[in-house]
Amino acid sequence: MTGFVLAAIAPITTPSVDWLGVAPVIALGGAGVAIVLARALLRRSAVTTPVCVALGILGVVLAAIFEYRLWHLVRADGAITTMAGMVRVDPFGVFLSVVVLIGTIYALFISVAYLKRESLDAPEYLALVMLSAAGMVAIITANDLIAIFVALEVLSIPLYVLAAFDRRRMASQEAGLKYFVLGAFSSAVFLYGVALTYGATGSTSLTAIGDFLANNTLYEQGTLLAGGALLLAGLGFKVAAVPFHFWTPDVYEGAPTPVTAFMAAATKAAAFAVLIRVFSIAFPLYRTDWKPALWVLAVLTLVVGSVAALVQTDVKRILAYSAIAHSGYILIGFQTGTIAGRQAALLYLLIYTFMAIGTFAVIMLASMTGDDRHSLDDYRGFALQRPVLGGILIFFLLAQAGIPLTGGFIAKLEVFSAAAQSNNYSLLVIGVLAAVVAMFFYLRIALALASPATGGEYFSDRRVDRWSGVVVATAALAVLATGVTPGPFIDWARQAVYFV
Amino acid sequence: MNAVIFFIFAASTLVGAGGVVLARNPVHSALFLVQTLLSVAVLFLLQDAELLAAVQVIVYAGAIVVLFLFVIMLIGVDRREALTETLRFQRPIAVALGAIVLAEIIFLTGHTWATGAATQSGVPITGSTSSGDLGNNIQRVARVLFTDFLWPFELTALLLVVAVVGSVVLARGSGDRSERSIEEPSSTADSESAS
Repeated sequence: MTGFVLAAIAPITTPSVDWLGVAPVIALGGAGVAIVLARALLRRSAVTTPVCVALGILGVVLAAIFEYRLWHLVRADGAITTMAGMVRVDPFGVFLSVVVLIGTIYALFISVAYLKRESLDAPEYLALVMLSAAGMVAIITANDLIAIFVALEVLSIPLYVLAAFDRRRMASQEAGLKYFVLGAFSSAVFLYGVALTYGATGSTSLTAIGDFLANNTLYEQGTLLAGGALLLAGLGFKVAAVPFHFWTPDVYEGAPTPVTAFMAAATKAAAFAVLIRVFSIAFPLYRTDWKPALWVLAVLTLVVGSVAALVQTDVKRILAYSAIAHSGYILIGFQTGTIAGRQAALLYLLIYTFMAIGTFAVIMLASMTGDDRHSLDDYRGFALQRPVLGGILIFFLLAQAGIPLTGGFIAKLEVFSAAAQSNNYSLLVIGVLAAVVAMFFYLRIALALASPATGGEYFSDRRVDRWSGVVVATAALAVLATGVTPGPFIDWARQAVYFV
Repeated sequence: MNAVIFFIFAASTLVGAGGVVLARNPVHSALFLVQTLLSVAVLFLLQDAELLAAVQVIVYAGAIVVLFLFVIMLIGVDRREALTETLRFQRPIAVALGAIVLAEIIFLTGHTWATGAATQSGVPITGSTSSGDLGNNIQRVARVLFTDFLWPFELTALLLVVAVVGSVVLARGSGDRSERSIEEPSSTADSESAS
């Protein structure tokens, strides 16, 4: 018990902190805390909600400015590693952070009208969205399994609460509870994987694990392989890969529609960032071990996502299965293990963000107050009665199906050509077949929208508010632009594939 | 001396654990749990794990058991209700799983099976390799928290904000009518005509 003599102890040298590297996380998290503070100080005055929305937008804009500077910095001088190696800002991370920021700002915009319509507590909702976004950017730039785990919780727990946010609706409560129970379980699985990986390699830092495995041969592989498998399972849950997808339809259906949009776009980008980063940086030498596992995941995800969507009658459930199928295409890109494949996955995530948010934004605008009826029959005749909004929804659906001249086509084309380049023809064929099957259910929605109403329809003809209008219009333009002039976007993704 | 203390508190741990299961009154079960947790804290102290002992007392004995007691007292568990089992094969399964866990522990204690880089008696592998006396384990944990694990430590602060906001949102009575805004009359009229 002599340790309490302070003089004998070596002084603590705190690590250097590159504030710009963590500035986006601070901006988003700070905005979330500021919103909570504004809610506490202003109480329920008339300005509370506008102030909170402004704070949220300010946070995203600040984060975007920091990402812009970081992009140029890391492109010129290489990756920034800070916080004792826990944070690693590289082109890959900046690109996906920007994708998350796009998803966040869109989610904020379409939430404004929704919260008013459903008379939900706006400040808490906005604060949770901002905190979740902070967790997403933190996880995308994390270079350590412990940091990844903490950031995973920061991004997931707000989503559990947001899924259950509309407490008057049973489906929303059910969604929240289901997501929470299964999410907590998957977090535990991930943590077990972290523990086993640490046991096998002696470190939780991704780069240190990679270095250790490059310079040492493990006497016994079992612990590491089990750890890697558990990491894959834990992350597979977050990206909604089959067989870890069971929560997806119920949660997507039950959650408030803007939350569904946020989950589909931003969460997917963050989860794929971790998946790609962990397996590319920490286990590149074990490629022969994880590639077959990813192959099985990708095929199952594509097949189950596409086929199960055929028998659904609820639009939000169909879109949930379509989100699962989209994960399958991104998995194809990553499974190739090549630079081209990673580039295709990045481009897919960018384009998918616009398609998913755009689709769910129109669904949100079309639904009646209560947000509880989304069956195909409810939407019958929507495109005839509201030609502009219905036409845009059909455009988004065709883009998701992968019709040429839309971004969805370019995204799928890049993934397939990456698979072909690495001679992975089995995946290529399965992917194309899945895309053909998927065409049916997208056209099924489109057909319901365009067929004459039979009297059972149930959609709103409320005027489109300004904020959601901006989201729908810019997302549609972005999907069109990525389809017509994909060059700049492909270039951008090409510059973003590197971890250095 | 240490051996004597160990056996006293090991016995106390087991008695407490048995009491948790066997006590008929839920409040007594909770109090037995406190006994177990405090005894385990002493066992931690014997291993020079002062921080773990303190955390054990503060978090488990302090916070979690108090939470249990609150739940028991607020809900008022009926004695008969608590003893009926809804899962039919609960007991055999519990016995089987318990036996498996026991076998695993016995198996693991006989093997050193972790591979990978060996840590030389507490010297951290990553980051701050400052030489010299690193202090006792509380000081080492502090050192690691403010050097290697600074970023997760700060992110945990964000996590606590999330937890507070989330629990307030979920705990508040559902459907706060006072804030319910009246929809524009035109849109309600329109939606009625649409349906």
